[in-house]
Amino acid sequence: MDPFHPEVVAFCCRHCAYAAADLAGGKRQPYPAAIKIVELPCTGRIDVVNILHAFEDGADGVLIAGCLNGSCHYIKGNLYARQRLDYVHGLLGEIGLEAERARMINISAAMGVQFAELAGEHVETVRALGPSPLRRKIKQGEAA
Amino acid sequence: MIVAEKKPLDAIARMLDGCGRVLAVGCGTCVTVCFSGGGKEVATLAASLRMKRRMEEGKPLEVTEAMVQRQCEWEYLEPLAEQIKEYDAVLSLGCGVGVQTLAERFPATRILPALDTLFMGLPSAQGVWEERCQGCGACVLDKTGGICPVSRCAKQLFNGPCGGSQNGRCEVDAALPCAWHMIWERAEALGMTESLMAIEAPKDWATSRDGGPRRMVRDDLRLPAEQGQEGGE
Repeated sequence: MDPFHPEVVAFCCRHCAYAAADLAGGKRQPYPAAIKIVELPCTGRIDVVNILHAFEDGADGVLIAGCLNGSCHYIKGNLYARQRLDYVHGLLGEIGLEAERARMINISAAMGVQFAELAGEHVETVRALGPSPLRRKIKQGEAA
Repeated sequence: MIVAEKKPLDAIARMLDGCGRVLAVGCGTCVTVCFSGGGKEVATLAASLRMKRRMEEGKPLEVTEAMVQRQCEWEYLEPLAEQIKEYDAVLSLGCGVGVQTLAERFPATRILPALDTLFMGLPSAQGVWEERCQGCGACVLDKTGGICPVSRCAKQLFNGPCGGSQNGRCEVDAALPCAWHMIWERAEALGMTESLMAIEAPKDWATSRDGGPRRMVRDDLRLPAEQGQEGGE
């Protein structure tokens, strides 16, 4: 009866989370199909507008997965990403979307199991919040 | 540079109530380097406004993104002339000068400000901007070691610190350095404290805001065809 299948865009750093997701797959460790991975050279590449565009295009949630603090391949990219996410949380509040829909996690390339767990956790958070109001509006617009 | 910051999204959205098509125009000069009105900020604001409208009213707001190199000069606005007619309003992410230049150039179009213009200043650290000049029209920085008592002293004093200066901090806000404390320290470093002993006469504010909007004319730079068209000089 529950027709809600969340869509969560996961911006993953190639040096850690992307490899961790790959490792999870290699280990046959399932993570939700809701997770749609976008590979980044570093989470420091992510810009405020990338996160907003994900929501504008109908994502129910956004996950930013970067290296453990202190382990960024480019020294501070993951710290910049977190600052930008904090800024986006403020913008989401102004727009009227729940800030909890966007979350950042920090993992290493060896943490395939943890990636699956944390990604699953975020998908459940998003599921509890329900579909993005923007997503519903898009669907209605398309139907009209 | 001129420093400005984005207005609250709700305030901008209310300006656009009733509008269906909006052109959001950034400015590639001051507000780009203070991260308020550059290309990325235009894209961020456009996406935010589109989402907010869909959230609130369930129908789309069309926001087209555009950039000009400088909103405060006629030449740079010309590329907008053709497309601007297609929009219900133009949202300027320029400073107040940019907004007004757009409004003068395109009088038939509603030009709305997306930013609050704050001050003339500098980035004192990454992500931090501080005021340095109020455009008083009669610079005294030669006498004060390059530290402006007009913009940096809360009381705009010209003859030393007030009694509220404590350990180099301002009584208005302990986070602010006392301008006159800094002026004195700079004079000591330059060996020029003696010059600070002269009493500075009350400042003539006639060059500042008192006489209404100011203008500067350089006859040697004017185009002959425009000479005398504006009357007065």
